[in-house]
Amino acid sequence: MRKTSLDTLPAEGGLGNEPLLAVDNLHVEFATRAGLVRAVNGVSYSLNPGETVAVLGESGSGKSVTAQAIMGILDMPPARIPQGEVRFRGTDLLKLSEEARTQVRGQRIAMIFQDALSALNPVFTVGWQISEMFRVHRGMSKRDGMKKAVELMDKVRIPAAKQRINDYPHQFSGGMRQRIMIAMSIALDPEVLIADEPTTALDVTVQAQIMELLAELQRESNMGMILITHDLGVVADVADKIAVMYGGRIVENASVHDIYKSPAHPYTKGLLESIPRVDLKGQELYAIKGLPPNLLDMPTGCAFHPRCPYRQDNCVTDVPPLHEISGTRNSACHYWREVLDGDQR
Amino acid sequence: MSDNPRPDTQTLTADQGTQTPSPPVKHRKKEAKPASLWSDAWHDLRRRPMFIFSLVLIAILVVMSFWPSLFTSIDPLDARTCELSSARQGPSPGHLFGRDNLGCDVFARTIYGAKNSIIIGVATMAITAIIGGLLGLIAGTRGGITDTITSRITEVFFAIPSILGALLITATFRDAGLGIWIVVFALSIIAWPMTFRIMRAAVLTARSQDFVLAARALGAGQSRIMFRHLLPNAIAPVIVVATINLGGFIAAEAALSFLGVGVQSPDISWGLMIADARSRFLEAPLPLVFPAVFLSITVLAFIMLGDAVRDALDPKLR
Amino acid sequence: MATKGERILEVRDLVKHFPLTQGIMFKKQIGAIKAVDGVSFDLNRGETLGVVGESGCGKSTLAKVLMALERPTSGSVQINGRDIAKAKGAELKRMRRNIQMVMQDPYTSLNPRMTVGDIVGEPYDIHTEVAPKGDRARKVQELLEVVGLNPDHINRYPHQFSGGQRQRIGIARGLALQPEIIVCDEPVSALDVSIQAQVINLLERLQNEFNLAYIFIAHDLSVVRHISDRVAVMYLGKVVEIGKDVDIYDKPAHPYAQALLSAVPVPDPEGREQRERIILQGDPPSPANPPSGCRFRTRCWKAQEICATEEPLLQIRPGTTHESACHFAETHDVVHVN
Repeated sequence: MRKTSLDTLPAEGGLGNEPLLAVDNLHVEFATRAGLVRAVNGVSYSLNPGETVAVLGESGSGKSVTAQAIMGILDMPPARIPQGEVRFRGTDLLKLSEEARTQVRGQRIAMIFQDALSALNPVFTVGWQISEMFRVHRGMSKRDGMKKAVELMDKVRIPAAKQRINDYPHQFSGGMRQRIMIAMSIALDPEVLIADEPTTALDVTVQAQIMELLAELQRESNMGMILITHDLGVVADVADKIAVMYGGRIVENASVHDIYKSPAHPYTKGLLESIPRVDLKGQELYAIKGLPPNLLDMPTGCAFHPRCPYRQDNCVTDVPPLHEISGTRNSACHYWREVLDGDQR
Repeated sequence: MSDNPRPDTQTLTADQGTQTPSPPVKHRKKEAKPASLWSDAWHDLRRRPMFIFSLVLIAILVVMSFWPSLFTSIDPLDARTCELSSARQGPSPGHLFGRDNLGCDVFARTIYGAKNSIIIGVATMAITAIIGGLLGLIAGTRGGITDTITSRITEVFFAIPSILGALLITATFRDAGLGIWIVVFALSIIAWPMTFRIMRAAVLTARSQDFVLAARALGAGQSRIMFRHLLPNAIAPVIVVATINLGGFIAAEAALSFLGVGVQSPDISWGLMIADARSRFLEAPLPLVFPAVFLSITVLAFIMLGDAVRDALDPKLR
Repeated sequence: MATKGERILEVRDLVKHFPLTQGIMFKKQIGAIKAVDGVSFDLNRGETLGVVGESGCGKSTLAKVLMALERPTSGSVQINGRDIAKAKGAELKRMRRNIQMVMQDPYTSLNPRMTVGDIVGEPYDIHTEVAPKGDRARKVQELLEVVGLNPDHINRYPHQFSGGQRQRIGIARGLALQPEIIVCDEPVSALDVSIQAQVINLLERLQNEFNLAYIFIAHDLSVVRHISDRVAVMYLGKVVEIGKDVDIYDKPAHPYAQALLSAVPVPDPEGREQRERIILQGDPPSPANPPSGCRFRTRCWKAQEICATEEPLLQIRPGTTHESACHFAETHDVVHVN
């Protein structure tokens, strides 16, 4: 099927039960002037074809850094990956040569960003930028590339694609620019799409359009999607599995239904309870107390302990392991049973 | 309601005190005494070695300018101290820096040259920073027609070729009896548009931020917005450019001297010394090297001073 | 203290057009961006009016005009019977004491080179009659305490605080002059999710404590619903629907309000496949050149000929409980579908 052969990577399948993409015990740290920042501390999650995994977290939780490590677009230095693996169809991407990674990036794993305006080059037309994917990676001529670009713009439902192919990014609205980004990212039929806050900068009605478009493209091509977001509503709408990140670690991962029905980590629980609800109007909202952790000065033990209503003495000293609750769910809380039962507080 | 002013304590108290995520603040003894940007900056400056060092250097240069006889017993303005027969002689006892093309003592001339060079450099820097900075601040703050007019005027000044323009001005006013101030005047006219542009651009950046809007919503007047909000946020690049320009002004004075305007013999300036020594540089480098080294030290001292002040005015760097 | 319910703000036919000009020295007007185009509403003491709409609908311009940061093209903004849009000089300054704002971005809304004490105390420097000089430091510390910050931190700078704390500083500044009205322009949208609830609770507590009236502008509909007594939905410079919060959320009558509500993701995955979703096509038209008649007609599934020729007025329509600007208004619950 694929026109470009990647000798290092199996085209289909993998080794036995290996998922499409697996992040395994990934660590990322940054050397800054103020000291070493451990942005990602042993994160693991996996993605199967056709599946959507949402990575949920606040700013500084490490959710975007993880994605950049998967893509191989971290600036190293200052970033460093002291340990961990990112396996794509069984091959550890972190061990590949830069050349081989370039082959994977964009062709087999693609990414879209929050700010489409700054991700597009302002001095080239959108047609040129989309067709560049075909010229560089597929060796197409300028004409064929442009023809493919029009097809793609139609596919992401940009009205009057043929007339607009020679327009520049600033001539499009925010939603249309995000569509152009999506067109570029799916140009080479990637197997994994990483969407980093794809709709955060957009209005709700446009957000709905974009999420619908992504879901449709995913159904057609059976690609796996990693959706990085802080929006609990978007996650509930589209995700199959959720990994909740806090302070550089995954604190809970489970299927979307399990998490929303009965969260097993106090942070997830707090987030869900702080959503304004119709039946509680006029009452005070539940608010997680305190502030997100400072990456330069992480709390000892469980990073969430200063804000946690379930805190006991050992939370201050012992980092909780990711307890297995069932085959598909984990919680990094010493007291996940109590959280699940919903008592205390 | 009024008997319980803080009803929801659970969420609020946790947010304060115990876990401020800010980097540990140097604990001031009297935290309750109100501080301000300028007093904090001064506190901070006094602890910066770079600031102290540059200040000491500048003090030495100033003493040198006004009391040169403290540093050397030779008076270079007295022609008898020069011996044409020993022209371009290397360092010797009593003449540490050697002698120049006319056999005069390079060390003494360098010391005596400091005054003119430093006055020209510092005065031009101050005038351009104040005039250009103030006009830039006004143009950037008021915008509209004020900005259009000032900007067009600046462009006219920009169009004057720098050395040629300064040459023209100095030549025109040569007989006004203003001495080296003619040079200061000429260089200031040529150089202020640059400071203007930098200040204006910095003010425009600052002005687009929400805190200016917030101040207007409070009813703040234009001068408060200009001096309390915009100036402190726009001054850093002006300080940097002004101190870097200082060296340029001293060098420009040399060019004017070389062209026959500006400081003329028998007056002394570093620029003039460098210009004089240039022709015989390969035979006798020292008469050029020493004034050049002094010039570099002066420029460096002011750049360090500017850097320290700029950093002190940025709370994030403290 | 005056009683709750008394009318303190009356906005009538407010219009703000930004001229589009050509030429550098001699400017010629070639058109106008109709950011706000005929908006009217009232606000009572102690009440919260939520304003929702998408970017470009004019809600931020509305905030600026209410704050007299922009002069309206026409219309009036009466605060306690006096028009702030026409006030000048000392009168305007005095009127500003009564209407203050909380801004969206806690990072750019505080001057990075002023201490927290100077920022919160600035209102007293400008309005010297409010607090005698010796009293200011104490007042500033009281304000910090009211918004839940450590009053000992007056000598710190904004960058030493987190986003949520900075927003509290901004709120303290807005409270300093004891205004009756506070315009909140997206006050929580720049904050981390776990911090948003803290700030919303603070705003609600302050409202009860000081009997404040809020204009609460936001794009997060669930937050708006939580805090608002009434809600106005804006589209392209006009209010298309206004009413009590339950009316707007449970019985929206205007197609745009219905589409907006249905587009909001519901944080509950149960039954997501069955949920009704109205996906609008395309983007909102440019406010420089809005469609004739009803401005929503280019994206509306109910549009007919009359929509292009006749502008629907904001009024109570048959079969609905509150004002909406649609010829074919008809209530339709899009949120609770089972």
